[in-house]
Amino acid sequence: MTTESNNTNSVGCGAGEYGLIAEFAGPGEVLRAAERLRVAGFRFWDVFGPYPLPGMCAAMGLKRSPVGWFGFFGGVIGFIIAVAGIWYLNEVHYPLPIGGKPFFSPFSAFPTAYELAILFAAIATFGGLLVLTGLPRVRHPLFGHRRFALATRDRFFVVIESADPNYHRENTQRFLETIGAVRVEVVMM
Amino acid sequence: MNSRDRGELSVSDTRQHVEPEKEARGVLSPELVATPAGLAREPLIRGYRGLGWISDEVMRFNERSTPSWWRAGLLVALFLLVLGVVMVAYLVTTGIGVWGVGHPVMWGWATINFVWWIGIGHAGTLISAILFLLRQHWRTAVNRVAEAMTIFAVLCAALFPIIHVGRVWYIWWLLPIPTSNAVWPQFHSPLMWDVFAIATYLTVSVLFWYLGLVPDLALMRDRARRPVSRFFYGLFSLGWTGSQRQWHHYEKAYLIIAGLATALVVSVHSIVSLDFAATQLPGWHSTIFPPYFVAGAMFSGFGMVLTLVIPVRSLCGLENVITKRHIDLICKVTLATGSIVAYAFVVEGCYAWFGGKPYERFMILNRVTGPYWWAFLLVVACNFLAPQAFWFRKVRLNLRAVWVLSILINIGMWMERFVIVVGSLHRDFVPPNWSYYRPTWVDVCTFAGSFGLFFAFFLLFLRYLPVVAVSELKSIASNCISVCASSRQRLDARR
Repeated sequence: MTTESNNTNSVGCGAGEYGLIAEFAGPGEVLRAAERLRVAGFRFWDVFGPYPLPGMCAAMGLKRSPVGWFGFFGGVIGFIIAVAGIWYLNEVHYPLPIGGKPFFSPFSAFPTAYELAILFAAIATFGGLLVLTGLPRVRHPLFGHRRFALATRDRFFVVIESADPNYHRENTQRFLETIGAVRVEVVMM
Repeated sequence: MNSRDRGELSVSDTRQHVEPEKEARGVLSPELVATPAGLAREPLIRGYRGLGWISDEVMRFNERSTPSWWRAGLLVALFLLVLGVVMVAYLVTTGIGVWGVGHPVMWGWATINFVWWIGIGHAGTLISAILFLLRQHWRTAVNRVAEAMTIFAVLCAALFPIIHVGRVWYIWWLLPIPTSNAVWPQFHSPLMWDVFAIATYLTVSVLFWYLGLVPDLALMRDRARRPVSRFFYGLFSLGWTGSQRQWHHYEKAYLIIAGLATALVVSVHSIVSLDFAATQLPGWHSTIFPPYFVAGAMFSGFGMVLTLVIPVRSLCGLENVITKRHIDLICKVTLATGSIVAYAFVVEGCYAWFGGKPYERFMILNRVTGPYWWAFLLVVACNFLAPQAFWFRKVRLNLRAVWVLSILINIGMWMERFVIVVGSLHRDFVPPNWSYYRPTWVDVCTFAGSFGLFFAFFLLFLRYLPVVAVSELKSIASNCISVCASSRQRLDARR
């Protein structure tokens, strides 16, 4: 993750330096730059833009997002809680004889269980998303950068953190310029 | 995807450049398939001038000074809301007898309003989830409005069963809460299923809506001038940076919740219909009810989407983003779902005819020729005849006509629930039980109060949140522009 190693002081960067921010002209350029950065072996870096770029996962070498597993287990747990709960309430703890019907029936328990499975799955997916993206995080060194606010508007940025083992301020800056960055600046903590 | 999407610097007309620049395209960016000549469509964004322009276009209404129509609208909505609160207070302190319900019509306007509102609440999820899974890019312009409509409609819907129980202070008995008296709800009852269906629907709708809002709230945070708005938008955007690592998980999560919401939306109105279908009453006890109700919900929901979107696009200046093509497409879906409802309505008659049950036959005959014949006629006129105008392209592109028709659909779907609820109840098996149901003024004012609740929330939403999903619009923008450019090229070549 981009956020974990902010406290480590690696060689080649000044104190309190978060990393380098490079602005790119457009989505095509940043996509190509991401390929080059992945090949160059950078680890703590990220691409910022106003929408998810198609093909960017492959370009950055991101693995399949595991957020689906959160949803799956959430759904299974919700379903089990509902069926087990209804069985316990209506069969064991407080059986109500109504029209000679069985106290517990999987058919009448199903609608509630189905709804609870969806409820738990949706909440777990959302929670999983927060866990995986490290949100909520309202303070971030990049928010202090004057041009970074344009990332949600129409600009595309690449940020390489100083925590990256390959990071070297001058060399990395030059490398970013060779792969098409329009403007490269240092971001402080 | 091309380098002209640089935003504010590239205000020049994009249509002059047809060929995407080779330099600007990444190695992995997908090849765009050119549209064959003759199949070229109207663009989904009119006069596209870059990604930054989309933000400006959508946020313009949020950032301008408060218009007077908004203040006036909110005032009216708040007045109705207060009226509704007073009516509910009157009901709770006096008793359920202040409504027109009574033997044999124990379910009156409150149940009709509940089913009507929850039905309206279905179009939002249909547009946002099902059309998302079907890759219908046009949904992007209207999904935010429709989802907001869903949430506020479900809130209005949830109000009615709660106050209908009579002794509102016992409403918590519906929830399986461990207490010392150890009385548990019993889950054989469809009314219990309803509690879970509605609660889940509300929660998941809010979650899905909020998930879509997060990147746009970040955009509003970055655009905000006042520290107060920057603080609150920053807080609710959870610190979203637009990082592609975040987007990577986000897209997957959005897809999954869309899939869950699809499974949910079909189940919710099915369960609502089981409130009726699980009884023994002719006109209710029918296997067709779940799909019939779901189709009716989508139909009425799309009617309400039209009712709201047509004024919103002109009042908020969104004509370039919500184009006439969008209205055209919504009309088509409305026509399709309306036809399913009409089919189900006819099938009900066939059940009565071929089923050979005298009670069922009497119910249908009574529906057409009984004391509520006028309600039946209204349903036929508003629900089945009025949408037929949508077959004509001229009507679909005439916004005033579409708006009037959408109001008729809303009325028609309310009357349809009236026919189902009151039409079946007022003459049951034994003639001495028969009666004629009339609502009281409290019924009418409570219904008006629910409109106040709905529009108060809706107006606040229009003012303080992005009305259109900006980031989604941006991600379809580059795609749709290239397709437009290629079709324009073909057209030029043909000339």
